[in-house]
Amino acid sequence: MPPISSRHRPLALLAVVMAAQILLLAVQIKRERQVRLIRVWAVELISPFQRAASWTVLGAEHGWGGYIGLRQAQRENEAMRADLDRLKVRNAELEGKAKEADRLAALLNFRTGHPEAPMLAAAVIGGSPDAGSQVVYINRGSRDGLRRDMGVITPDGVVGKILAVYPDTSQVLLISDRESGVGALLADTRTQGPVKGSGEPLLSLEYISVDDKVAAGEAVLTSGQDRIFPKDLPVGTVVDAVPDRKSPFMKIRVRPAAHLDRLEEVLVLQTRQDVNMKREAENAAAPAISPTAGETPAVPATVAKAPSNAR
Amino acid sequence: MQSTDIYIGPEPHIEVHKYYSGVVPVTVLVALLLQAFFPVHFRWASYIELPLLVTLYFALSKRSPSSGLLLGMVVGLLQDSLSRTPLGLYGIAKTLVGFFGSSLGARIDVEHPVFRFVLAGIFYLFHHAVFALTSQVLLAQRNEPYMNGPILVGSVVNATIAIGLFPLLDRFRKRS
Repeated sequence: MPPISSRHRPLALLAVVMAAQILLLAVQIKRERQVRLIRVWAVELISPFQRAASWTVLGAEHGWGGYIGLRQAQRENEAMRADLDRLKVRNAELEGKAKEADRLAALLNFRTGHPEAPMLAAAVIGGSPDAGSQVVYINRGSRDGLRRDMGVITPDGVVGKILAVYPDTSQVLLISDRESGVGALLADTRTQGPVKGSGEPLLSLEYISVDDKVAAGEAVLTSGQDRIFPKDLPVGTVVDAVPDRKSPFMKIRVRPAAHLDRLEEVLVLQTRQDVNMKREAENAAAPAISPTAGETPAVPATVAKAPSNAR
Repeated sequence: MQSTDIYIGPEPHIEVHKYYSGVVPVTVLVALLLQAFFPVHFRWASYIELPLLVTLYFALSKRSPSSGLLLGMVVGLLQDSLSRTPLGLYGIAKTLVGFFGSSLGARIDVEHPVFRFVLAGIFYLFHHAVFALTSQVLLAQRNEPYMNGPILVGSVVNATIAIGLFPLLDRFRKRS
């Protein structure tokens, strides 16, 4: 009976014999730097697995660290966002206080700069619910010595006059109200005319003849004729002046000097004594009219037609 | 042979030759001695590759791949030990010669002189190519050519020698 042999036995034997002889060569042969080839093969065989294992371990470490780091970073981010929001609110508060301090400082400087004219600082605490009327409420009243028709100003210019007085509050009629009027004059030509409100942001300077020269940008000051405001207080600036076709007068629009839409603190004039808005003329000018503080003559709410200077 | 027996081996029509005891090792030793002796005194003998021819002959005759590759390994290692080449260089080449020679001998009849001439030439070139490849890969020696004029001359010379050597070795077969 012939022996039974596997078809693959010779191939397996060949592979074994070849491998053995190749290893034999590798043990004998030295490559560069006198390193045996067998060592080179062993290192080359193992190093990919070492690199793969190292990459896997480092990747896992970095991944885990990254995940943990991200979680921590997310918590820190949320905490920082909360802090940022708080700081923003605080910053807004501080900015508001700083601006308030600036305004109050301006008021104080204005007051201290004009000791001849007693003034009372007041805060605007509210406005009129009626959009058609331009009135504000201040936190000073009769207990503070205020009276009706006292002028109200800011360092920038004329604001209005006291319309009604209550014990702790007063109502101020702004110069932009339709019922309001201020005796005024053009700073350059000294032409006088009343400035009336129209309920709009811009005022109207009336009864100026078309023959008078009026330039845009010209200052409009108080004339003192209304017996409410002292003379030469800033009222506004001429925006434009066009002839009125229906009358011999000009239509002059005036931008108020005071920021009537951003009133927060005001000064109530407790006298009609002239307030010199320029430091240079403070020493030279003599007080024009000096009623005692608290006494104001009765003045109608609206200003009557000013005397014509046209002809 | 019973019908249930499964025969896996050389083709049934191919005769497997056996030799008297000692013939194979003596022949191998003589071939190695002559290979070491002739080139020293005769320069033209450097073309002769007697260990290769002996390995090829016995591989073709015994027709067993296992025996052939083992014989090639032994002959090659012995040749390496007698030369300056590292152990295993000739061993790998002759191992492959013994394996493929036996595989080929198990499938075709290689008794005809023409076949022996062609096979000897082809296996000489194959043996040299394996040697050059092994030198390049393992020894990093790139000065061993795969093919050139002297190699072709050597293949013809050894093939010619095989025509006379193989019938001489046939005399040492056991008569069946």
